[in-house]
Amino acid sequence: MYSQGLIGADGRTEETPEFLARFQQRIDAEEKIEPKDEMPEGYRRTLVRQIGQHAHSEIVGMLPEGNWITRAPSLRRKAALLAKVQDEGGHGLYLYSAAETLGVSREEMTEELLSGKAKYSSIFNYPTLNWADMGTIGWLVDGAAIMNQIPLCRCSFGPYARAMIRVCKEESFHQRQGYEIVMTLAQGTPGQKAMAQDSLNRWWWPSLMMFGPHDADSQHSDQSMAWKIKRFTNDELRQKFIDATVPQAEYLGLALPDPDLKWNEEKGGYDHGPIDWDEFWRVVKGHGPMARDRIKARKKAWEDGAWVREAALAHAEKRRARKIAAE
Amino acid sequence: MTATTPLWEVFIRPRNGLAHKHVGSLHAADEVMALQSARDVYTRRGEGNSIWVVPSAAITASDPDQTAENFEPTADKIYRHPTFYEIPDDVGHM
Repeated sequence: MYSQGLIGADGRTEETPEFLARFQQRIDAEEKIEPKDEMPEGYRRTLVRQIGQHAHSEIVGMLPEGNWITRAPSLRRKAALLAKVQDEGGHGLYLYSAAETLGVSREEMTEELLSGKAKYSSIFNYPTLNWADMGTIGWLVDGAAIMNQIPLCRCSFGPYARAMIRVCKEESFHQRQGYEIVMTLAQGTPGQKAMAQDSLNRWWWPSLMMFGPHDADSQHSDQSMAWKIKRFTNDELRQKFIDATVPQAEYLGLALPDPDLKWNEEKGGYDHGPIDWDEFWRVVKGHGPMARDRIKARKKAWEDGAWVREAALAHAEKRRARKIAAE
Repeated sequence: MTATTPLWEVFIRPRNGLAHKHVGSLHAADEVMALQSARDVYTRRGEGNSIWVVPSAAITASDPDQTAENFEPTADKIYRHPTFYEIPDDVGHM
């Protein structure tokens, strides 16, 4: 999602040229960087930001789907959706742990999410209006996430790469269960098919925006590519996603809502129409339709859970004291 | 008001006969909750049949700045490896 994690990243760094050259040499030799290794401050800061945003995206990403768990149309769908949302919670936890190895605390990251200082993927600021959206999110949103996350398994920072390997293993089920939902609707009654088409119309462009701004407008890309935090540019990943998705939509007999979408023999990929970047920046800057609800829900969860965290710590302290007394 | 919840390292044995292997970390108030949480976070798909949780603060690690002096000396002690010694083929497998 997660190319957006680099928006506003501050890769500036003040180390000596010798230090930076030595570090770059390790990166170029495909050595993994581990938390206690020396690293440029800009590298650390960029990763804290990107992994933090990625973790927040997983956690906030539970909300649009959590919205439909109680209204899933069958037990099979409900069990799958519950498992998917639980996976997302787990993915958030792997990622927070990876970020914490860089010296940022869980409390700091939570605080930054709740205060609005830290961002999460723009896609989760769109509303989930009906059941078809559960299918489309799995198919497109998780599909786009996988496209982004597979190269991250080879990220130069060890803990992030290891977390991504776990995430990617689990994520494939998310996309397949989504596609199956859309397929069921597309092969159903005309009303059900129309529902699938409407959902696709609403989610297609926001899904393409998940890859972040065009390369020409992505100012922090070069440094992140050199440090191998990122392996492909935003536009390269977006192109891969489009090329993979068009035949999937054709199979369903659904139309992607882009009249300019057409095969380009020369480049061996599809050309697409212009992306509404004004909408993208509006949503990224926190004016998406659901932005306030999402943060409100996270704040409520954090505040309502405070007594549980406090009680658990008090209980642990009491048991520790008793154990010491008994010794 | 908010005390920080301690960090734990999680180790999982994929199946009997294999060693427990580090899989990640998590926050929990005590060892009971750490185990429960490790089960939920790290074993949703049959990843193992045994979990260890260890307070991260209890781990003593080697210093990365001393990696060279700690580990490089082994590289020039090739006589520690069996292939250093010439045994005629006629002797057979040894």
